[in-house]
Amino acid sequence: MEKFEVFTGVGAPLRRSNVDTDQIIPAVYLKRITKTGFEDALFAAWRNDPEFVLNQAAYAAAQVLVAGPDFGTGSSREHAVWALRDYGFKCVLSSKFADIFRGNSGKQGLIAGEITEADTEALWVALEANPGAQITVNLIEQTATIGDLSVHFEIDEYTKWRLLEGLDDIGLTLRDEQAITDFEAKRPSWMPKTLPAKH
Amino acid sequence: MTNKPLTLAEKVWNDHLVTKGENGSPDLLYIDLHLVHEVTSPQAFDGLRLAGRPVRRLDLTIATEDHNTPTWDIDKPIADLTSRTQINALRTNAEEFGVRIHSLGDKEQGIVHVVGPQLGLTMPGITVVCGDSHTSTHGAFGALAMGIGTSEVEHVLATQTLPLKAFKTMAINVEGTLRPGVTAKDIILAVIAKIGTGGGQGYVLEYRGSAIRALSMEARMTICNMSIEAGARAGMVAPDQITYDYLQGRAHAPAGADWDSAVAYWNTLPTDDGAKFDAEVFLDANTLDPFVTWGTNPGQGVSLNDTVPSPDDFTDPNDKAAAVRALEYMDLKAGTRMKDIAVNTVFLGSCTNSRIEDLRAAAAIIEGKKKADGVRFMVVPGSARVRLQAEAEGLDKIFKDFGAEWRFAGCSMCLGMNPDQLAPGERSASTSNRNFEGRQGKGARTHLVSPLVAAATAIRGTLSAPADLESN
Ligand code: SF4
Repeated sequence: MEKFEVFTGVGAPLRRSNVDTDQIIPAVYLKRITKTGFEDALFAAWRNDPEFVLNQAAYAAAQVLVAGPDFGTGSSREHAVWALRDYGFKCVLSSKFADIFRGNSGKQGLIAGEITEADTEALWVALEANPGAQITVNLIEQTATIGDLSVHFEIDEYTKWRLLEGLDDIGLTLRDEQAITDFEAKRPSWMPKTLPAKH
Repeated sequence: MTNKPLTLAEKVWNDHLVTKGENGSPDLLYIDLHLVHEVTSPQAFDGLRLAGRPVRRLDLTIATEDHNTPTWDIDKPIADLTSRTQINALRTNAEEFGVRIHSLGDKEQGIVHVVGPQLGLTMPGITVVCGDSHTSTHGAFGALAMGIGTSEVEHVLATQTLPLKAFKTMAINVEGTLRPGVTAKDIILAVIAKIGTGGGQGYVLEYRGSAIRALSMEARMTICNMSIEAGARAGMVAPDQITYDYLQGRAHAPAGADWDSAVAYWNTLPTDDGAKFDAEVFLDANTLDPFVTWGTNPGQGVSLNDTVPSPDDFTDPNDKAAAVRALEYMDLKAGTRMKDIAVNTVFLGSCTNSRIEDLRAAAAIIEGKKKADGVRFMVVPGSARVRLQAEAEGLDKIFKDFGAEWRFAGCSMCLGMNPDQLAPGERSASTSNRNFEGRQGKGARTHLVSPLVAAATAIRGTLSAPADLESN
């Protein structure tokens, strides 16, 4: 996972609340066997609508999503985060996230930053006034900035630390690499080995 | 703290601690054996690819194809697209990462929980994981064996460790001698009926007592297999001479001086006298009958000599509501004798009951008998090797003469991911482990039974015990 400190990208205003994971990625896409390549599945139903925000040229390359409250509710599918990540999103800002979605985001390096409803409105207005405007997300300071407008976002300390260090679950465990190697050195010779194969 | 008496599960846990978790964070445990199959591994391998990570210990990893594999025409391309895609993905991933794989057609292919033990890879005192809930099977050897999810599969592939939260221990004491016609399957169905499908939640179960000690390895695997149906994290049986006799001489079992060191260690594993379990359950083996399920969860079971219960028999409102729904789905009336329930299909297979001993036991009952008219009898060995062994013993001929379908190895009708499914409304007597709604096909009705009851049912056409054949 890449370390995240400060990032600047196009912001997209998603003026909807209760965006559940079925909207983020419909169930039919769950049959796939990869963990990547879900960019086409993101908001699949809405993307048929030419008016949908990501279908507008100015926002097509968006990397910061500003959404209404209760983002990521519904099924626990990790695919929702994969789809956002694969599309290119680095950060979602909302006044309220579903817990499981927030947990899954942290594991995949996607920032789920909680902002107030008033700040959500302010960001929406700023983004709509100037389509294609860039937002700077500063994880160290926990701020999202467009021009003169700077808002504070909340993120829990543990997730923030993981994101700043660029640690996924596996990366975290591998910090104990030495302990694992030491353990391996002590394993008895008769422990099972699948290789070389014997029949 | 020193010399505190410990349970088997605690000893295995302690001996695999890589780091001890602090401030409520989980312990990091080393994993000795990682079994992989096609359903839960594709995204794990993709995750490795994405992060540019290799498989840390190829020599502790082994893959086989089981859930999707057809049991007929195994030399033809797999018709179902999703099944074919999953199997091809496993093959490609195994090749790219260098994982040992036993594909359809290979003599070591089979249900992942049959393959590990038969190769001698599953041993006492080791930790075993697999992206499959019935990994608990391997606990029969005194291993700590747990099912895990796809993210954890990736974690183990990358690190050979797993962060795990501590568990509680429960002793399941089964004392006495089983009567003829009563088997390990009946013990575990009775245990689940007693403690409920959530009764084991948060626990590692240890099956103990004279009735367990008397069981073969195959039978102990049947019991541990269904620990998950009681909601448990894992199930275990302490290793003993029966375990050692099963293991010795198997392809990957220790040999020579290694064998002696291994046995010396294994002998230290059984639960110490005076060790405390967090919970205890007692079951009298002497009075057990063949057990069968009437409902749609494995806890909804009764003696085969009993009748279908009424929702009024349950005091807990949830149990009552579940009974109402189950009776409706199963199309059964309270008070019906279990032995009057007629089935369309008998399925002998699954990681619960598809080992050679299960096939022998069923074959011994049907030999020289006639199958009930209109009943379909599917026999699906747990692995290609079990199939070969059964053929060498002539069991296939007994099954075929009887009118059974002699199939190739795989999960088959246990979950119907391949074409082996029941039609809507059809009823089975099945030696598998889950009787959930729709598990064996949309609208299918499943009665969980032992291999002996399966065989007797195939002869009489209604749920039956071997003893019922004599009274004919
Ligand atoms: S036989 Fe059934 S329970 Fe066992 S691994 Fe296969 S699908 Fe799962």
